[in-house]
Amino acid sequence: MAFSPTSEPVIELRGVEKHYQMGDTLVKALQGVDLKIFPGDYISILGPSGCGKSTMLNILGCLDQPSIGQYFLDGLDVSKLSDDDLSQVRGKKLGFIFQSYNLIQQLTVVENIEVPLYYQGVSEKESREIAIELATRVGLGKRLDHRPTELSGGQQQRVAIARALSNDPSVILADEATGNLDSKSGGDILEIFDQLNADGKTLILITHDEGMSLRTSRTIRLKDGAIASDKRREEVVR
Amino acid sequence: MIRHSLLREFSLFRLKRSVLLGIKSLWMHRLRSLLTAMGIVFGVCSVIAMLAIGEGASHEAQQQIKELGSQNIILRSVKATDATTAGEQERSLILEYGLTYRDISQIQATVPGVLVTVPAREVKDFIWNESRSIDGATHGTVPWFPQMRNRSIVRGRFFTEIEMNTRAPVCVLSRSLARHLFPLSEPIGDTVRIQTSYFRVIGVIQDDPTAASGAEDPKTGKGGNQQSAAMEMLIPISTLEDHFGEVLFKYRSGSFEAEKVELHEVTVRIDEPDRVMPAAQAIRHVLERNHKKVDYEMIVPLDLLRRAERTKQIFNIVLGSIAAISLLVGGIGIMNIMLATVTERTREIGIRRALGAKKKDIVVQFLIETVMLSGAGGVIGVALGLAIPLIITHFAEMVTIIEFWAPALAFSISVITGVLFGIYPAFRAAGMNPVEALRHE
Repeated sequence: MAFSPTSEPVIELRGVEKHYQMGDTLVKALQGVDLKIFPGDYISILGPSGCGKSTMLNILGCLDQPSIGQYFLDGLDVSKLSDDDLSQVRGKKLGFIFQSYNLIQQLTVVENIEVPLYYQGVSEKESREIAIELATRVGLGKRLDHRPTELSGGQQQRVAIARALSNDPSVILADEATGNLDSKSGGDILEIFDQLNADGKTLILITHDEGMSLRTSRTIRLKDGAIASDKRREEVVR
Repeated sequence: MIRHSLLREFSLFRLKRSVLLGIKSLWMHRLRSLLTAMGIVFGVCSVIAMLAIGEGASHEAQQQIKELGSQNIILRSVKATDATTAGEQERSLILEYGLTYRDISQIQATVPGVLVTVPAREVKDFIWNESRSIDGATHGTVPWFPQMRNRSIVRGRFFTEIEMNTRAPVCVLSRSLARHLFPLSEPIGDTVRIQTSYFRVIGVIQDDPTAASGAEDPKTGKGGNQQSAAMEMLIPISTLEDHFGEVLFKYRSGSFEAEKVELHEVTVRIDEPDRVMPAAQAIRHVLERNHKKVDYEMIVPLDLLRRAERTKQIFNIVLGSIAAISLLVGGIGIMNIMLATVTERTREIGIRRALGAKKKDIVVQFLIETVMLSGAGGVIGVALGLAIPLIITHFAEMVTIIEFWAPALAFSISVITGVLFGIYPAFRAAGMNPVEALRHE
């Protein structure tokens, strides 16, 4: 009962293209992508390097806007929003998890988790409560005041997950989230993802690791900037 | 749809957290922050210290000039330059120069607005109290001399008109002279001796304020150091004529000098401050007619005062330029470091943008950091700038005056410098493409 395909899609791409001008040539990083992602989806986006994965992530993450086409996030067309509104959308509706954790070095664990809340204008007291609760949930309840440099890679990634959850986003985007981790810590992280999906969160894992497709309920393969396949795995396999 | 009002509601609380965040970031690079702020520290500190010293110096100069009396014109007899060389060749001749009673009566008769004139004669010789002696100056003058020259009586009294008319052998000592001749005992009632004449001490007067700045006084220049200039004794002018006559003889280390000077000094008081400058012009004409050689000098305190004010203006302009340059250098230093910081923290900027920070948030974050840097530099600079004049006053015995607005001005300039030089780095940070900033290593 993790996802419900009958409900409204949380993400909908309609004919999205992304073009870059590289010298004289026009590079089409994405061409004609149509995609619907529903609440509770657990998706891996796979493909070799240069297939448009990063562009896909940037567009899904509202860090960049499509050259052509429309992108609806929670029913809102974000493809034409201003820079400020786009920032607002990122801070409110999206959670990011990066390969290299991307924690802010001068902040402690709790403060890092609070960053999205800070830009949402959540009060200090409230955001502190949320941050402590999330840190405890990812198993860092005893390391609240540590700095990123004092943590292992797996722990840092868990801080990043807590940070991605702090604003209760509609979609969580993970970009090669386990790429810098050993298999043990990576496995721990993936288990957290499974748990999050089981709790009803929509997750999109962008990766080149084929093994991921065995874990997620839906696998999208990109090739040359277009969707090559989009398969939903039967519940039974899990 | 998207709620902007939320941001405004929390702007104050956000400011507080932005400041805390700024402190954290600056604290991470303590040494760098300190060195960056140094430029501002020295700029602000030098502005305050220089203003204090300049203000003190000009105040002191103006005070001295004011003590001469701004409505006074002071005339003094000096040896004409070619007269001294004549004295070298013909030692036995009596040197005759200087102001005369005729000059005074003409000035009083022809120059409008002259209220009072105070004539004075001078004898330079050793002044004795039993076995103690000092080379000093004895001035014969009139009873209203202290009021005219703004000099107060420290002890006892000044001589009266009756004493002048009766040519009484009374004297008033300057404070320094009294201290020298009577180190332990009370001078009033005692007697001092010059050559063969004895005088009864009736009062002690404050030292001549112009004696300290000896440059404008040819007598002190001739007399040597300023200590001897302060060694002054005042007696009635009539008494001085009685005892020493018109020709003054001087024996100095083997040489012999004789001079005939009717009046050594005349102070003229003018009734209105506005008439001082025209009166000075008129007096100059009278004297030019009466004297073939320039054997007199004229001091117009009001003129000196105006010149001192003009000097102070120039001084302030020079000072302002130096201060502006030093703060400019400080500001450039801040901008340089902030640009480096922005590059160094590109990744952080990307992360913040991804997590919902608007361009405005990034601008504010970096501006707060620069303003805190320059503000902290300003505070330290003000503290140092207040301390340095005190140290100078203590060790160099110079008067320094800190105007209340000087620290406020210097501090606000430092903050403004921070804002001005912080704007460009802050906008550069905010203008970064989030995708590229996140990819930055």
